[in-house]
Amino acid sequence: MNFIVNILSLGIPFSVALLIASLGEMFNQRAGVFNLGCEGIMAMGAFLGMLVPYSIGQGGPTPGIYNVLGLALAMGVGALFGMLFGFVVVTFRAPQGIAGIGLQMFGVGTAGTLFRHFVGGTQSVPGIGNLPIPFLSKIPILGPIFFSHNILVYLAFLFVPTAWYILFKTPWGLRVRAVGTNPRAADSIGIQVNKVRYQALAVGGALAGLAGAYLSLCQAKMFSDEIIAGRGFIAVALVYFGHWHPVKIMGGALLFSLAQALQLAIQGQGINFPYEFAVMLPYVMVIVVLAFSRESQLLGPTALGQPFNREKRI
Amino acid sequence: MTKQFRILYKVSIIILAILAAMLIGSIILMTIGADVFKTYLVILFEPLKTTLQLSEVLLRAIPLTIIALGISVAYRSGIINIGAEGQMAMGILGTTAVALAFPELPKPVLLPMAVLAGAISGGVWGFIPGFLKAKLQVSELLSTVMLNYIAAQFYTFLLRGPMLDPAELTMGSGTPQSMRLSRNLWLDRFLPGTRLHTGLFFALILALLIYFLLWKTKYGYKMRAAGASARAARYGGISVTWYLVIAMVISGAFAGMAGAIEIAGVHRRAIEGITGGYGFSGIVVALFGGLHPAGIIPASFFFGLLIVGADMTQRMVGVPANMVNVLQGIIILVIVATKMILADPYLMEKVWRKVQGLGKKTKEVTA
Amino acid sequence: MEVTHKKITSLRMEHITKRFPGVLASDDITLTVEEGEVLALVGENGAGKTTLMNILMGLYQPDEGRILINGEEVHFKSPNDAFDAGLGMVHQQYMLVPNMTVLENIALGYKQAWSPIKLDLGMVRERINEISKKYGLFVDPDAYIWQLSVGEQQRVELVKTLCLGARFLILDEPTSALTPQETDELIVLLKRMSSELSIIFISHKLQEVKDLSDKIAILRHGAMVFEGTTKDHSPSDIAALMTGHEVDLPQNDAPSCNGTPVLDLKNLNVKSDRGFLALKDLNLTIRGGEIVGLAGVSGNGQRELAETINGLRKVESGEILFFGENIANKTPYHIIEAGMGYIPEERNTEGIVPSFSMKENLILKDSGRDEFSKHSFLKNKAIEKNANDLRVKFDIRSPNIHVAAGSLSGGNIQKVILAREISRKPKFLIAVYPIRGLDLGAAEFIHKQLLEKRKEGIGILLVSEELDEILDLSDRVAVIFKGQIQKVLDRKDANRRSLGILMAGVKDDQTV
Repeated sequence: MNFIVNILSLGIPFSVALLIASLGEMFNQRAGVFNLGCEGIMAMGAFLGMLVPYSIGQGGPTPGIYNVLGLALAMGVGALFGMLFGFVVVTFRAPQGIAGIGLQMFGVGTAGTLFRHFVGGTQSVPGIGNLPIPFLSKIPILGPIFFSHNILVYLAFLFVPTAWYILFKTPWGLRVRAVGTNPRAADSIGIQVNKVRYQALAVGGALAGLAGAYLSLCQAKMFSDEIIAGRGFIAVALVYFGHWHPVKIMGGALLFSLAQALQLAIQGQGINFPYEFAVMLPYVMVIVVLAFSRESQLLGPTALGQPFNREKRI
Repeated sequence: MTKQFRILYKVSIIILAILAAMLIGSIILMTIGADVFKTYLVILFEPLKTTLQLSEVLLRAIPLTIIALGISVAYRSGIINIGAEGQMAMGILGTTAVALAFPELPKPVLLPMAVLAGAISGGVWGFIPGFLKAKLQVSELLSTVMLNYIAAQFYTFLLRGPMLDPAELTMGSGTPQSMRLSRNLWLDRFLPGTRLHTGLFFALILALLIYFLLWKTKYGYKMRAAGASARAARYGGISVTWYLVIAMVISGAFAGMAGAIEIAGVHRRAIEGITGGYGFSGIVVALFGGLHPAGIIPASFFFGLLIVGADMTQRMVGVPANMVNVLQGIIILVIVATKMILADPYLMEKVWRKVQGLGKKTKEVTA
Repeated sequence: MEVTHKKITSLRMEHITKRFPGVLASDDITLTVEEGEVLALVGENGAGKTTLMNILMGLYQPDEGRILINGEEVHFKSPNDAFDAGLGMVHQQYMLVPNMTVLENIALGYKQAWSPIKLDLGMVRERINEISKKYGLFVDPDAYIWQLSVGEQQRVELVKTLCLGARFLILDEPTSALTPQETDELIVLLKRMSSELSIIFISHKLQEVKDLSDKIAILRHGAMVFEGTTKDHSPSDIAALMTGHEVDLPQNDAPSCNGTPVLDLKNLNVKSDRGFLALKDLNLTIRGGEIVGLAGVSGNGQRELAETINGLRKVESGEILFFGENIANKTPYHIIEAGMGYIPEERNTEGIVPSFSMKENLILKDSGRDEFSKHSFLKNKAIEKNANDLRVKFDIRSPNIHVAAGSLSGGNIQKVILAREISRKPKFLIAVYPIRGLDLGAAEFIHKQLLEKRKEGIGILLVSEELDEILDLSDRVAVIFKGQIQKVLDRKDANRRSLGILMAGVKDDQTV
């Protein structure tokens, strides 16, 4: 029993980075653009998140405001990267797959370069600590699983219904969905397709940056080249088989993180399972789930991946 | 529209693209306070100064060429292969396994066998995403990336375990690496004082082979048709899914062979970090080279130059070697954007008319 | 909440010119529409009608010229500006988002219901009710667009433009996807609406033009060639002005043959992309040496039928007997080798590989054949000779055989496809909308070729939305409706009326 509680209470915070990044990616995919550079933006976010607290505190404790600044910086730069991507794929209408890989290389390379220059080595930060909810966190079983995490975890899960509301109940969400499904119709009714796509990419980028910062500030409490470990790519895949819906995406994020938590728990129990195979597990899962998910044509953005060109004769 | 204008237009776009790339790179460089001008000088010209450095550039160009050739086959057949890192790793494992198993075989037997093993291992690793796309419509962009991570873990597992150098177990520092492989595997180094090996010629032969395959055979024709317009190809009776899988197998096999060549020519044992980003660099090389062997060969030289140059910048200007990834990413973004501009006839006409309008105005003014 | 704009008493487009790469789409066009008038904008495919209206709606910017509303010059930088001025357009391809409801689609343009954090769908719903009552146009606000029929979707488009306050309506080919009966209903509706709004409608169907319009403007090759009052001119006058000379496409006058059946479709069941049955127990037999025309409103299964016969779509149940062999679910390669020729609907994206050269496209189906490849290596000389020969024989206008096929004009692309298909000596030919969008010269050429093949004893299935083309060429006419063959008529029994009724789904003509 303890084993299961362990896995769940580990799995939930593990899912946060993936959840935030995927919800961001959901917005830009709904608008018709998929951003494989998510991984690169997360790397930048991870670096920037810890840069401010590290620089001020040199590894020691700092007032929480610096953590917040780190998060804000990560989000701001993430939004910029998102819009840079927009410049290439929306304004120039370049193919999104390859351009995404380019952005990823750019992001990872820049994060690595800046890190080595400004920080260097394996420096840790105290990061953001846990914030157990009074009273609720004391409930046996449910307490450690749901109510003993840091504030970003709570915010991330609160964002799920928020994202749902934004996407389905606000004018902006309506525009985003229209632009990703039938951009020509949106254009003919006066919506600026490219502008909405830039906005969605900015949101996606900001959230990817935030997800990266979560990894460095809350989970690993440091930065390294391998910190993202493919989560950006998994986030892109998640949106796809979560059918672009916040709740399904949340389910997917939890599923993968539980697999990761399982790996750690198994290690902890001393079961003799090769470490590398356990690490492989989430990646294999992604492929398996991708193989068996059927694209639900009617639910998703049917114009995904196609650049919009008003002047193009139909 | 005159022919001169067309050429001038395209050349100017390309020059602007190069400048844009350098500009974005310099922004990053300025952020870390580096001397922008000096950095670019080091990266682009320093490696050309000595024979040794030049040979190192060519050394990097060899696996880049082979991988890029494979990627261009896939790309032209309509499938994007991001999995070269993983395929290269699997190729190395295949080669190493054969070399470890049959060290006594004479060179003319062992070497081809080992390279073939590398090709097959890489080919299998390429087959998986190809099959997934053909039969289950799984996006190759995602499956190949996942397979990279899986291959990396598998590689480490074998290197720390079954393939670990027995010497390491007894007295080594715990470095995950295989033992030194049989001399019968080694590719000759033909330039004394350097590490440059005969794999260079192998790469050139492969380039020629790919050229013939894609443009001179009926198979190449069908693959290119499938990549250019899957719909028309299907209509024409071409089995698009079949060629897609074949293209991925070839692509994976080439990445695997690149790994085999690296082992046989450079390292002579399986170590960590061998793939060193070649898988991703290969993509940039393929794009930069216009997905054509004639372009890929000089492109790999250029990127070999960047890689060696970036190694030197750490020492000479204090710029971390990661800068090369930054530059590669920028180059991809710039290339894809530029391709779209060059392919837009409407834009070219608009510019032509503006130029004509300006010409008329100047005539009026000077008249 | 009522959204009203000033009434539009006059609308004028002056000296409008618009260029696209290599094409002068609009050539110094001037037209005027007064209050309460209905103007028909007429012309062949490619004449520039849609482009002109897109300029009016702010989707394109004119290179020269200006637009005046109520005597004042206006500049529409985007459709929003056009809406604000009171213009509304129903496009030929409906501008609706399939996986959103009618309500959401209209809310997309209804800015009054927008606030940063909330979408006031109630307001939009009220407005829809208002408009529905006023004009007698009823729609279900909560239906998803993909659930609606083509006619229902068009009604949504009309309601949408009216909800957004249109005082001036532009309709692009409003009846192209409607049955003759739905067309009549629409014309009645538009006549009623014209008492309140001015209307421009684009059409190439002369009967509607006569029925509905007050004025006619005729475009040819981007220029206005005629403007006048409708009642002063007869349909044949108008037709002549549209094409520039007497309409005279080749006709099938030969006696009908008695060949043996070569293509036999039996109880064919095929699914559409959406998962519904596109073809339901379809039966059809075609004999050698005859042309069977398949008439029907676009969207009733024609595309799926052509694809299925050629192995590009799965047969759920039923048989396709081709010279006795059941080719259902065989690979496209197998069917091509069996002697099937196919001129597809999408010539640019399916019939050719646009980036390949003309010579490469001509061997698309034959790259493996002995005449073009030896031991897997392509025989370039043979390929080039083939291309040069066909270029002359089929009068394909191109600078040389090495240009990218996608850069050729529509008519020449179709000739490339035709050349390839015919030179392969097929035993049967399927031609889907073969002269759509082509100029008369190209159309004439293609029809001549089809009639020649018929004489040689080749069976032909001709799919077309132009009743004229069907009536000109067919020995027998089959009408397809909702995936089934309603009836097959002999040439002598086929005319606009009999076909129109069948196309609408009525099997037995009670009102003979």
